[in-house]
Amino acid sequence: MINNAVIFIIVSVVLTVVSFVLDRRKTIMGMKKGLNMFRNIAVPFLNILILVSLVLYIVPPSLIVKYLGAGSGFWGLAIAALVGSITLIPGFISYPIASVLIKQGASYTTVATFMTTLMMVGVVTLPLEIKYFGRNVAILRNVLNFITAIVIGVFVGLFL
Amino acid sequence: MKKILAKHKQYIWLAVYLVATVASFLVGFKPGKEVFSNFTEFFIEMITFIPFLFIIVGLFDVWFPKEKVERHIGQESGLKGMFLVIILAMLQAGPLYGAFPVAYILYKKGASIKNIFIYLGAFSSLKIPMLGIEIGYLGIQFTMARTLVSLPLFIAVGYFMEWYLKDRNFKVNQL
Repeated sequence: MINNAVIFIIVSVVLTVVSFVLDRRKTIMGMKKGLNMFRNIAVPFLNILILVSLVLYIVPPSLIVKYLGAGSGFWGLAIAALVGSITLIPGFISYPIASVLIKQGASYTTVATFMTTLMMVGVVTLPLEIKYFGRNVAILRNVLNFITAIVIGVFVGLFL
Repeated sequence: MKKILAKHKQYIWLAVYLVATVASFLVGFKPGKEVFSNFTEFFIEMITFIPFLFIIVGLFDVWFPKEKVERHIGQESGLKGMFLVIILAMLQAGPLYGAFPVAYILYKKGASIKNIFIYLGAFSSLKIPMLGIEIGYLGIQFTMARTLVSLPLFIAVGYFMEWYLKDRNFKVNQL
């Protein structure tokens, strides 16, 4: 994790310096924009960290390994894909959860499938999607993406 | 009173948690302490990269405004058109249902069916702020693997949708 932080710090410092040399006004505007975005998500983010900390205390790692671990096979994949499809969790909230799942023994396949269905399949938002694209297209898109998500999960698992 | 509560709802959790944690430490409640040690770990993990990530995102926003890319959509076809919708999607933020109105704009501007669905695919899994958070939490290898596997697959979905919908009166409605 420390390595990751170092990458982000170096990249942001380098980009800021380059940007500052090119255009001082733009740089200040960009930094303000970024910090504003950070301010907007800071409290919801803290809240979700509290929730994850609590859940992590309550749910034993053995349970996560059993249902989402490398040995969970088809059912682990099915659970991950279904939960990801039905729930509507914003990305910045799902990533800390995914990271905890992996640290607790969930497999890359299940986590990648979960994240992908979360992003690409939306059962809750399906009525809205139908209004935009019509029933057939909306359903077809979700079904295709559901299958795609499982394929993505399997391949990510093979690569890592 | 109700209004104030609703406005500060997001702080209530935080306040309750803080009080509970302080109380746990005062009376030596072990679960409370353990949850707090989890929380500290997550908090450090978050604070060491998220603020920097948003500086990067903010800079991206001023240097590569999405309005500029949007202007070229629909005029370009072939690989360049595909490339443009993917770039446009990467510059966005927010949940998938926020992409539907943009899909309508793309449709209006004459983007192909294929590119509309490639846009939706790229929007759901290649947004720059999200890639940043993903790298921070799951590591660069995971993000690279997931992205490289996803990209060809949702391009394939785009082609499939175009093939399937070509003669079926496909349209995107405005709400």
